[in-house]
Amino acid sequence: MRLEAIPAPSLARRIGFPLLALGGTALLAMLLAAIAGAAPLQVVGLIAKGAAGSKFALLETLNRATPLIFTGLAVAVAFRAKLWNIGAEAQLYLGAVMAVVLGTGALAWPAAALLPAMAMAAMAAGAMALLVPTFLKTRFGVDEVVTTLLLNFVALLFVSYLLEGPLKDPMGLGWPKSAALIPEARLPRMAEGLRLHWGFGLALIAAGLVWVLQVRTIWGFEMRAVGLNAKAARFAGMPVTAVLIRTAVLSGGLAALAGFSEVAGAKGNLTTDLSPGFGYTGIIVAMLALLNPLGVVVAAIFVAGVFVGADSMSRAAGVPTYIADIVLAAALLGMVLAIGLGRMRVRRG
Amino acid sequence: MARHEEQEVVLRLEGITKRFGSVAANDGVSFTLRRGEVVALLGENGAGKTTLMNILFGLYTADAGRIELFGRVLPAGQPRAAIEAGVGMVHQHFTLAEGLCVLDNIVLGTRPLWAFGSGRRGAAKRIAALMADYGLRVDMDAHVADLSVGQRQRVEILKALYRDARILILDEPTAVLTPQEATDLFDTLRRAVARGLSVIFISHKLHEVEAISDRVVVVRHGRVVAEARTSDTPPAEMARLMVGAEIPAPVPRPVKPGPVLVDLHGIGTGTLREVTLQLRAGQIVGLAGVSGNGQGALADLLGGLIEAETGILRIEGREPVRWSPRDAVAARIGRIPEDRHGSGSIGDFDLSENAILERYADPPMSRFGWLNRRAARAAAERIIAAYDVRCLGPDTPIRLLSGGNMQKLILGRVMAIAPKIILANQPVRGLDIGALTYVHGQLLAARDRGAAVLLISEDLDEVIALSDVIHVMSEGRLSPGFARGAKTPAELGEWMAGRGFAAMEVWGAA
Repeated sequence: MRLEAIPAPSLARRIGFPLLALGGTALLAMLLAAIAGAAPLQVVGLIAKGAAGSKFALLETLNRATPLIFTGLAVAVAFRAKLWNIGAEAQLYLGAVMAVVLGTGALAWPAAALLPAMAMAAMAAGAMALLVPTFLKTRFGVDEVVTTLLLNFVALLFVSYLLEGPLKDPMGLGWPKSAALIPEARLPRMAEGLRLHWGFGLALIAAGLVWVLQVRTIWGFEMRAVGLNAKAARFAGMPVTAVLIRTAVLSGGLAALAGFSEVAGAKGNLTTDLSPGFGYTGIIVAMLALLNPLGVVVAAIFVAGVFVGADSMSRAAGVPTYIADIVLAAALLGMVLAIGLGRMRVRRG
Repeated sequence: MARHEEQEVVLRLEGITKRFGSVAANDGVSFTLRRGEVVALLGENGAGKTTLMNILFGLYTADAGRIELFGRVLPAGQPRAAIEAGVGMVHQHFTLAEGLCVLDNIVLGTRPLWAFGSGRRGAAKRIAALMADYGLRVDMDAHVADLSVGQRQRVEILKALYRDARILILDEPTAVLTPQEATDLFDTLRRAVARGLSVIFISHKLHEVEAISDRVVVVRHGRVVAEARTSDTPPAEMARLMVGAEIPAPVPRPVKPGPVLVDLHGIGTGTLREVTLQLRAGQIVGLAGVSGNGQGALADLLGGLIEAETGILRIEGREPVRWSPRDAVAARIGRIPEDRHGSGSIGDFDLSENAILERYADPPMSRFGWLNRRAARAAAERIIAAYDVRCLGPDTPIRLLSGGNMQKLILGRVMAIAPKIILANQPVRGLDIGALTYVHGQLLAARDRGAAVLLISEDLDEVIALSDVIHVMSEGRLSPGFARGAKTPAELGEWMAGRGFAAMEVWGAA
């Protein structure tokens, strides 16, 4: 028995397998809920309701999806060029730091000038955080998986230092958090009375732009070519190192926008728990989306939905929150497997 | 050799059929191999030879048919079964661990993991005996990385013999050898059959098939179209059976060479030593030699991938200021790379994307950074039509194309820049006779139009057939140019083996 790839999987397979994975996850959630003493059938309904059952729930999901779209795009862009950026977490935090540095009163600009300035500064910082590993890779052949991964811890410790030192909120009663952003530095809500900030809109625009860049421009052509076959790209005359550097700037910048959007849109200040692993979850989002920038939006909303729904379920059903974590992990693993297996078939002999 | 017919049958294939979708890669293939016999499996690329061998080795499962090895039915789909039954295969691309020594490579995988000690002494003794018996001399302690291609092939054969192979399958074994090395290989094969081994010899080269095999089995479109004794089948007949029609070999007509378009003077790089070479308009310069002797560096230099450390490169009389692949294309150097999968194409890109790989940055393929997909598609369609690329259209990923069709697309891409200089590195490696003749015809046509062609090939026959001037490369050195017909293949073989250069250095000193 062995697996072999199907050249063109049918629509039924591409939809059926993920649905199967969802079904399996639901069954697992029911089983765990039963063990924890809750009504199994109720649990799945609670997850769905918690993720999308009301306007409030849906908006919560979209808010949660926003940073994941950015980090998912960052990873998808980099992986497409075979630049293994595991450091979206670090880039996110550096972007958040820049947003706080500029947004807590250092620049007394109107929102229309301040917000773009914060976003640009965040992107520059994120780009720098990925340019260093990329330079080490192209110049000395240092594996960027290791450098970007380790920089995550460096960045988090750096943020920790800033929050205990230079950026510490003087009114914070000793808590390690930054001062609150001034009102001009906050991303407005997308509509009056709607609990959804413009970070989400920005993420959608970013996904569209990345898609256009990859499919319609020569820069995207080069990025895809370098990712698929760097040797042939070089032979054809593509500037491989320059392409990787451009990719790094874009990827690091996108991840940093997640930090900017969380600080300026959602939280209003910076703490060391700004990101519950958005950078790492971005890898899962990108893989689920098969590195397609538009797929990233769908995948991010799905992942956020499971997050929010499982969380809400555990509160409503009175089961430990660990069950929510397990459900989330099972859903993600199941989805990645289903998408992979949906393109395979079993052959006997 | 009538005696073979009395020998026991060691391998019997019966009605092997294997379909991929609607295409039958093998369609009712049957043949037998007897003890002490060499059977040549002859057929174009895509005729189904590789599929057949993959079925024998359990990598594919046949849809129908059965395989008998030494009288026992071989279970399908079990890669170890054939090896354990005594079949050894020497692939075209060797499967050796470069960092290990010869002895370790041969023994690798034959001892259980939990065995105490490695039994090297006993193994060394056995290998020494095999070397003596079969005339396969290799230094057992040498690292494989330091061996020549011919020596590596010997290690592969020893590997098979060490595993008690009684059937040896050789896939295009001479493609990478000098004529002398090929002669040595044939000597080994003769010794092997004399000791009762049986050999399946897969090749395109008719004179080799003629020299070594007892019988030929000709495969076309997945079917056995002929099975005959070699002595009864003249090569022309074999070629006709293989392709189904007589294909005339191109006859180059004399052309008066024009001005020098490429002038290399005293070029030195990591591997090239004082290479001086001129390419003229309307002339094919052939570069013969065993691969790995500097041809790659020379191709990389002309293709813009590397720069010379010493010496002067002039294109049309001028020294280029910058030198990169893009500059080479701008100088209208058409480059057919050695490795069409690795450097020549991007497998997951479709034909239109591959067609514009060198030109995407220029109008009309793109403007202000925006790709013009319609122009790319049109370019691919032009190539598909003009070069007879068999495919499902410009949106097909190029990895789905056969080697010959892939090469035709690359050829079309090269010709699309109206090249003044063509660098053809192993342009027909692995192609079937149909595609090969086509590519050769196109190179000759380009020459007749006034292009300067540099043909690099390991196939001496190819170099001799096409080239107006032949140089031989050995250890980074370039021989003087020999006019068409000035040297016999044996004399060129001497140069390929590195002899003759010493005398040249003496002249240089004088």
